[in-house]
Amino acid sequence: MGAQLRVYRQKIKSAQTTKKITRAMELISASRIQKAQARVAASVPYSRAVTRAVSAVATFSNVDHILTTEPEKIERAAIVIFSSDRGLAGAFNTNVLKEAGELAARLHAQGKDVIHYLVGRKSVAYFNFRKRPIEQYWVGGTDSPVFETAQEVGEALVAKFIQPASEGGVDEIHIVYNRFVSMLTQTPEVVRLLPLEIVEGLEAPEDHEVLPLYEFEPEVDDVLDALLPVYIESRIFNAMLQSAASKHAATQKAMKSASDNADKLITDYTRLANNARQSEITQQISEIVGGADALSVKS
Amino acid sequence: MAELQVSVVSADQQVWTGTASMVVARTTEGEIGILPGHEPMLAILAAGEVRITDASGSGVRAKADDGFLSVEHDTVTIVARYAELVQA
Repeated sequence: MGAQLRVYRQKIKSAQTTKKITRAMELISASRIQKAQARVAASVPYSRAVTRAVSAVATFSNVDHILTTEPEKIERAAIVIFSSDRGLAGAFNTNVLKEAGELAARLHAQGKDVIHYLVGRKSVAYFNFRKRPIEQYWVGGTDSPVFETAQEVGEALVAKFIQPASEGGVDEIHIVYNRFVSMLTQTPEVVRLLPLEIVEGLEAPEDHEVLPLYEFEPEVDDVLDALLPVYIESRIFNAMLQSAASKHAATQKAMKSASDNADKLITDYTRLANNARQSEITQQISEIVGGADALSVKS
Repeated sequence: MAELQVSVVSADQQVWTGTASMVVARTTEGEIGILPGHEPMLAILAAGEVRITDASGSGVRAKADDGFLSVEHDTVTIVARYAELVQA
């Protein structure tokens, strides 16, 4: 076999192997999207109940709560970035990091300090490589987020928010995550989490009836105290679930185009290999004919 | 007689939903029983069990930690970070 032909055969083989892997990954994430979407849907009753309760309390108390009051001067803002643990998802992580970068630049321009909280190994790697400071991070389990993590994140954020700015606390918290729009579209989204803008984003209660006069047990303010962290956690949990579903969809799309590209490579190289084989045969024939001609002239 | 629409939800799923004639829960202030026609209410739950007596008179018990309870228009929602049914 000629050297040229052997090289092409090797390339075909390597493309085939790659295709097997990417095809398998495509199928895996396709099956996981369903599950991730189901989890997003399953968490809806909870977030709806929490949202409704918070808006009910907010309507009746005069909302002088620390979590809802806008501070006069915002010195420091926190950004929470929801990325994934693994790559191979096209522009998934790049998108969210770019969005967060723009947000940070915007906040800097307003004269605010920015600190970062990260979820997912990819964003941590991004920050470490650029030697940017990380306030706190959570890695592992972004593929199927558990509520405990959301709770931890929520507690850390609320604690930091309650701390006065002079002691390193923050006055504003933003979250950046990929929202799952459809199998084909995932858009990076920025939401201001704190101070709270109640009944914003998420699905607002569709029935616009007037909320009934509630009785609170114990007091309105105590109920509000207990509810707000829960509300924040549910928002964070929702962001994590959306981000997980988006990640699977993005992986599926990326792996599908990788498989398609491998297919194209295989076709191209097969053509080239055929050409090489044919020209090798042609060359051999002409060598034989040439040799025979030379011999016949002599005799 | 009017009935209560009860749903028990935890952070990641709907645990139980159905109609009931009575719901008994433990709030931070003490035990509370809710019958149809109860006034709208929001209460913080203390750790403990929620007992739901359904239309047929048999009971369902659910463990709900760390949550709250809301009542309005005969709809009772028990919301807890962690909730699960207790097998009788």
